[in-house]
Amino acid sequence: MTFRTDRAKVLGLGSAKSGADHWFGERLKSVALIPLTIIFVSIVAPLIGKDHTTVISSFQNPFVSISLILFFLVSFKHLEEGLQVVIEDYVHSKGSLLLLIIFNKLFCWTFGLAAVFAILKITFAG
Amino acid sequence: MVELTLPKNSRMTVGKTWPKPEGATNIRAFKIYRWNPDTGENPSLDTYFLDMDKCGPMVLDALVKIKSEVDPTLTFRRSCREGICGSCAMNVDGINTLACIYGLDEIKGDVKIYPLPHMEVIKDLIPDLTHFYAQHASIMPWLETKTNKPATEWRQSIEDRKKLDGLYECVMCACCSTSCPSYWWNGDRYLGPAALLHAYRWIIDSRDEATGERLDELQDPFKLYRCHTIMNCAKTCPKGLNPAKAIAEIKKKMVERTI
Repeated sequence: MTFRTDRAKVLGLGSAKSGADHWFGERLKSVALIPLTIIFVSIVAPLIGKDHTTVISSFQNPFVSISLILFFLVSFKHLEEGLQVVIEDYVHSKGSLLLLIIFNKLFCWTFGLAAVFAILKITFAG
Repeated sequence: MVELTLPKNSRMTVGKTWPKPEGATNIRAFKIYRWNPDTGENPSLDTYFLDMDKCGPMVLDALVKIKSEVDPTLTFRRSCREGICGSCAMNVDGINTLACIYGLDEIKGDVKIYPLPHMEVIKDLIPDLTHFYAQHASIMPWLETKTNKPATEWRQSIEDRKKLDGLYECVMCACCSTSCPSYWWNGDRYLGPAALLHAYRWIIDSRDEATGERLDELQDPFKLYRCHTIMNCAKTCPKGLNPAKAIAEIKKKMVERTI
């Protein structure tokens, strides 16, 4: 049993003095993903069913590879930030919360970087 | 994790059905949440019947009539009976509202009355608002100044005063906060729409000199950023205010001071 005032319970450990960057960053990325998704679809859709050489040569255009890299980096960072908010909303045990946040970061960064690596490999190694 | 089912001791049981008024032709049923901490029993839903020809037009009129004429043990808060004190906030027909300004004619069928959702219940329709009030106190709901006190008063232009419209009218009834799923899941740390609306009322006050400190205190993933613009607060507010907009304005201020 502990005796704490109602005010002390509300104040807790005080303000984290962070959160604005996370919130604003997530919104900026959502806006950025509108043109990036359009560009991604307009690049990838015409390549469906095309032969290997055509695909490789289209990736060697710097606009194409940079746009695709940006699309994947922004998507996975946006996913990481969004999932973290969902985890914070619904997981209340401190241990599970920390583990899930770490797993989320690891998952998003691994798959995001794997996508970037794949694009660079196609671009430079064919 | 979030609890999606009611704990065992909160599950509702069928309560007592009270007798119908004799000789009445215009009868309406009221199903009201009852819980008495002294009995140790689960909450129940009691059914009362009133002669609507002898009852006032508001939900509170019906509750007062039940308490006066049918069951004096029915417990609820009320005071001003005109939407100013915020005491009689409860869930009527699925909506958090003030019983005194919610008309019985707005409800179809039986009138279902529960306490404000997701709060500890003290008895019947009375929720425990201790934490809610402490959250309000934590946002420093008063004018903070550093300049020496003026000889007469802190002056404010008509334009600056207008910025407080839609904010100062809040009566702290808790309808908004208790309608917010984010407040249900994280009410221990998330300040909730009511406290944040009041926080913005002081942030936007032209006379206040603690805007930076106020924003510092709010910049926290839980205190402020649990708001996901679900908008239940704006939909349910019995005073027609928009706490979601006030929260959005605070978020804009947070960005404004970094760019």
